[in-house]
Amino acid sequence: MSAPTEEVLGTTRREGKRLMDLWWQEMTEAVQTGRPTAYVFAMGSMAELLRTFDFVLNFPEITSLQIAVRGQSQAYIQTAEDYGFSPDVCGYVKADVGLQLRQGEHPYGKVPRPSLVVTSNVCNTYIKWSEFWEHLYGCPVFVMDLPGWRGRDSADLNGETFRNDARYVLGQLRELIELCERITGRRFDLDRFREHLAEANRMAELYNAVCETNRHIPAPFNAVVEGVTYQGIAHLYRGSPQGSRYFQQVLQEMQERIRLGMAAVPDERFRLVLVGTTCYSHFRRFVELFASWGGVFVHSTYMVFAGGGFLPGFVYDLSRPLESFAERMVAAAYWGYTGSMFYQQDWLDEVVRRWHVDGICFHGVKSCRTVSTGLPDVREWMRVQRNVPGLFIQSDLVDPRLWSDAQVKNRVDAFFEALAAHKATTRR
Amino acid sequence: MDDLERIFDDLRALVEDPTFPAVRRWLTENPQGKVVGSFQVFFPEEVAHAAGMLPIKIAGAGGTIQVRQADARIAAFVCSIVRSSLELALSGRLDFLSVMVVPNICDAARNACGVWVRSFPHMRVETLYHPHNAASAHAVDYLTGEYRRIGRILEEIGGRPITDEALRASIALFNENRRLLREVYRIKREAPWLLSAVESYLLVRSAGLMPREEHNALLRRVLELLPHRPTKKQDRIRVVFEGGFCEQPPLDMLAVIQNACYIVDDDLMIGLRWITDDVPTEGDLWRNLADSYLNRSSYSPVQRDPRKPKAEMLLRRIRESGAEAAIVAAAKMCEPGLEEQVHYSRALEAAGIPHLVMEFEETMTVFEQVGMEVETFAESLLFQFA
Repeated sequence: MSAPTEEVLGTTRREGKRLMDLWWQEMTEAVQTGRPTAYVFAMGSMAELLRTFDFVLNFPEITSLQIAVRGQSQAYIQTAEDYGFSPDVCGYVKADVGLQLRQGEHPYGKVPRPSLVVTSNVCNTYIKWSEFWEHLYGCPVFVMDLPGWRGRDSADLNGETFRNDARYVLGQLRELIELCERITGRRFDLDRFREHLAEANRMAELYNAVCETNRHIPAPFNAVVEGVTYQGIAHLYRGSPQGSRYFQQVLQEMQERIRLGMAAVPDERFRLVLVGTTCYSHFRRFVELFASWGGVFVHSTYMVFAGGGFLPGFVYDLSRPLESFAERMVAAAYWGYTGSMFYQQDWLDEVVRRWHVDGICFHGVKSCRTVSTGLPDVREWMRVQRNVPGLFIQSDLVDPRLWSDAQVKNRVDAFFEALAAHKATTRR
Repeated sequence: MDDLERIFDDLRALVEDPTFPAVRRWLTENPQGKVVGSFQVFFPEEVAHAAGMLPIKIAGAGGTIQVRQADARIAAFVCSIVRSSLELALSGRLDFLSVMVVPNICDAARNACGVWVRSFPHMRVETLYHPHNAASAHAVDYLTGEYRRIGRILEEIGGRPITDEALRASIALFNENRRLLREVYRIKREAPWLLSAVESYLLVRSAGLMPREEHNALLRRVLELLPHRPTKKQDRIRVVFEGGFCEQPPLDMLAVIQNACYIVDDDLMIGLRWITDDVPTEGDLWRNLADSYLNRSSYSPVQRDPRKPKAEMLLRRIRESGAEAAIVAAAKMCEPGLEEQVHYSRALEAAGIPHLVMEFEETMTVFEQVGMEVETFAESLLFQFA
């Protein structure tokens, strides 16, 4: 029997907040108890493996963006710049440097020191960021090297390139396991690992099902509002039963919203995709600029690359857990991470078609060259090759000094005026 | 004008000519020849050479061209070398390239590779993934496979197999080039008055702009002439210049620095000097190349290798070159360089080594400020050491 409507609606927000608070509680407690903490990153977190060793997982990208959402990032960034970091360095890094130099005092709680840092190379800045902690704390840093998309050579999952990459990642996983065993004093438990993989399988399937609900017109959620929470929970609870349960609830709520005809943006007029990230220092304002025109973000590359690389079909083979984990990590690096950031045109092409998209917003942020460098080029490609209108704007993830309200608003307004004309023309 | 001056004048003209005259000359002599471009920092050029192709280094255009089209394709907060390299191609100056390889050095470069793929559908554009877990016991195996992958692409495009015999000969040729370049750097360290910073830079940079056989002959000639140069030792401080691993400082900026200091070592165009010892020419040659990249090599902010902590490596470079101070530079908007600069500065401070921190851009045209900073820095040290 399904739950009554009033119980289903709003579950996502309440449960998301509860899980986020729980994470902060766990981190703050770890400061007192000394429970081993691993600093990890959204893309290639190795959460399933690290959970097997009971590490508390700190995601510094999330703690940094939360500082910005709280409107406090400038002070933290300033601390990092006083320490010697250039104004042209990633704001996430600097907000975190400010946080570490404040002994982990965060608006939401306290961040424990790292017992271990696990970083992938999906964003090269992850590595430089990790080296800051290495210098500050002398903690071990493990780079999980995930070779990325290399065109036609990567396309064949039975091909030599994929097999070479997967062998390399598998070898590194075994080295990471040894390191975790040394740090925690625990033996690696393969059965427990398998359980985390099974939970990640469930989460991946549900995450994709939730994304699919937004194909409905009107869209039941905004990929740049609720979507960002989904990404956060997908990271913090990847491989855990709470995470899968959460996405079951989200799916249920979205289905209920569709049944009731509820729209994420009232009077939906324009269906958009965001390419890049949002602006956390002006989070509400960013969304409002689009929503005020009846624009809803039905999907984003952000939900792909910063959603754990959970592309459709993501599933671990539980009969060969480590090998399968290695293979999935490589596949995620190919399509979920580097593919969706550097070669997103094919993905966009499909999403525009299947999600009934009217236009694309390309948001370049100074903080992140990984996602932003080629955005003007992709915009042009989509315009010329696919006749899909695109807006290119620039600001930052967390540095409020880089937000120019009048300039962004002018561009957004002009885009919607053009989009309305384009829509009218193409309809004819 | 003596022979050396003539050589350096010619090299400067070559380095500052965005039409790649030596490459075009090679193509005239080898009408069926194919050219492989590689972006910074390191590419195993031996592999391209063994495939019968001409490997060249694409390292930006400095201030020699106006960036127009690339600005419309790349976001504003990206370093100059990424945009000017793209501009070289968009403006047709790299129309001779059959293959372009972009190593995974940084976020901007990997992303720019996507721009190249979309912009030049007729050209084979490849990302080369060098290991970032260099200390892993599996890194050499992986990289051997990755080099073989690049080799297969070059065989396909070049239309001829890379035989062991050809690869062995190419490795020997490049070993000789690296040996000669090490000799250039020995002179820089031991007798910097014989070879200015600009001159030594031209000798290195030109390696990536002409056939290596010619370059070896050129280096031999220069090394023969240098000891007889009638220049005298001057009272200048000895510095290491760090920060030129990717985007290159303008030649005039180096000239301004050398007016006040002897640059006795540096990381300029480090990719062409990345391998610090001969690559073995026996056994599995592909593996030897991979092993040399990882285990017989220099350091840079864009390679993670815990066995080579970068700040410690810089201190070693300073120590081994007998430098008294360092200039720690970073290219504008270069995320890895700017982040490393923080650690370099703090390490130098802790070690009590005087250093000057600066930013540059390849397109800079005004150097009064740099000149004043370097002069003040050098003078303060001269007084201190006196």
